[in-house]
Amino acid sequence: MTVALYPTDVDWHPVSPRLVVVRRGLAMGVLIPLALVLCIALVLVSTIAAIGAAVLAVGLLAWLWWGIGRACESWGYAERADDLLVRHGFLIRRLSVVPYGRMQFLDVTAGPIDRRVGIATVHLHTAAAATDARIPGLPAEEAARLRDRLAALGEARAAGL
Amino acid sequence: MTTTAPEAAAAPAPLQRLNPLTPVLRGGKFFLAILAVVSYQQLPQLGLRRALIALLVVIVLAFVLAYVSWRFTWYRIDGKELQFESGVLFRRSRRVPLERVQAIDIVRPLVGRILGLAELRLEVVGQGTTEAPLAYLTEAEAHRLRARLLALAAGVDADAPEPEETVLARVPSRDLVISVLLLGQVVVGLPLLVIAAITMLVIDIRVFLGSLPVLASFAYGVGSVSVKRLLVEYGFTLAESPDGLRLRHGLLETRAQTVPPGRVQAVRLIQPVLWRRRDWVRVEVDVAGYAGGDEGKAVTGALLPVAPRAVGIHLIQRVLAGVDVATIARRPVPARAARLDPFQWRHMAIGLTPQMLVVFSGRLRRVIDLIPLAKVQSLRLVQGPLQRRLRLASLHPDTAGRHISTVAAHRDTAEALALVQELGELARAERELRRRPN
Repeated sequence: MTVALYPTDVDWHPVSPRLVVVRRGLAMGVLIPLALVLCIALVLVSTIAAIGAAVLAVGLLAWLWWGIGRACESWGYAERADDLLVRHGFLIRRLSVVPYGRMQFLDVTAGPIDRRVGIATVHLHTAAAATDARIPGLPAEEAARLRDRLAALGEARAAGL
Repeated sequence: MTTTAPEAAAAPAPLQRLNPLTPVLRGGKFFLAILAVVSYQQLPQLGLRRALIALLVVIVLAFVLAYVSWRFTWYRIDGKELQFESGVLFRRSRRVPLERVQAIDIVRPLVGRILGLAELRLEVVGQGTTEAPLAYLTEAEAHRLRARLLALAAGVDADAPEPEETVLARVPSRDLVISVLLLGQVVVGLPLLVIAAITMLVIDIRVFLGSLPVLASFAYGVGSVSVKRLLVEYGFTLAESPDGLRLRHGLLETRAQTVPPGRVQAVRLIQPVLWRRRDWVRVEVDVAGYAGGDEGKAVTGALLPVAPRAVGIHLIQRVLAGVDVATIARRPVPARAARLDPFQWRHMAIGLTPQMLVVFSGRLRRVIDLIPLAKVQSLRLVQGPLQRRLRLASLHPDTAGRHISTVAAHRDTAEALALVQELGELARAERELRRRPN
């Protein structure tokens, strides 16, 4: 049996299901045309090779579709009394624990596609470059709420270096 | 002019210029920089006379640039800040809060040493560049200014003289040279390089000349670390004074670093395999804010390049009070970690005290990392697919340092999760402890 890498006694918030849509859309939007072009080009060479490539491409794309879904589902965050927990990863699982007092600054970013579907990424920075506390796919209003809350908590518990 | 008027504590000091010899030194640097860009492309095609004229123009241009830049650069100490004004077209005014200063270095490049000039560098946490390089000052002035800045940073009387220091360790040149020669890449690489060169020479001189670029890049691979260590860490002296640890080292460009107390983010004790017979260790230290890139080249992070183990351990106790790496209880990794790292798993362990996380790793090159819990910025658990099958996870304690990144690999998953909890609580207690006096 596998043992959970994440604490189970906290209240995990999932990210918006719209993240999956955006990620899948981006990946498929690039890869499907590419696969089509490749297959059509192969038809000119050999039909069998083209069919083989098409089957392979469909398989890969299906696997990617599923993988992106799992990867997006794996994102989650939990606000505890003194620190923020962020978990993610499907093949390689990661858990970050960032004390509020260690926060240096916060970023909220949203690309053009993110804005259209109304999601944003909250990125927490500490003095350590290795800190990896990024939460993508938050509904815009939740991102704003989290940002304000984290900023307030960070200020209240600020510690020097 | 660079006046050293005694400043009154209340009124801000007048703006000062850097040393008037600055343009001479900077001009040389500008000249080399311009030359590097130009020569590759045009110079050979110009013919000798034109090339000489072009060279002259470049020299004049470089020195004029340096002069103008010097004319438009001022600095002063204003209360608890260092103010720095520069720029001709684009004015830049920068204020560095002194309590944020992580370390102050005095750097003397070779030419600077001849002219008696030194550069003062303030390391502040932030971007990849040194925030306020005061280049150049006379040596005496650099030392005086450093003492003042450190005193202000520590909140003591700024007019106090530079505090006395006690020397903790001096590295004999002989030990340094031997230690570098005993590095793995030198012991293996150097004979290979010599054999390869001789073989080519024996075959044919043209073969040798043809393979020269390959040989040169190989030689760089063999020599870059060792030569850098020799150049940077030559004549290493470590001293302790009330304003912090003082490091002095360097063969051509000498550097005097001061690390204020409590600014150490992590310490690493390293023992390469061939040092084991002499029981030598190397102690590296990580301080927040040491810039990467250009500055990073000159800093190797050594607190002590080579010393007997006892000296190294004693030094660590001095820098990070309250931990004894020789006697600390080691928690090993589970035996199933052997499936992932059969060679090193027996040497992986952690030790934990209320103040400190100690991580042991490496079989040939043994490494001990010490991380004060008060300095931990965040904790991460990472688990790859194979680790998941074996119920293992790696713990990364992140600090603000740049050289040392520690991983406690292959811990039992349940233990790792409990450890994150425990470390988080201990670190919080440490932070609260440090916060209260203010």
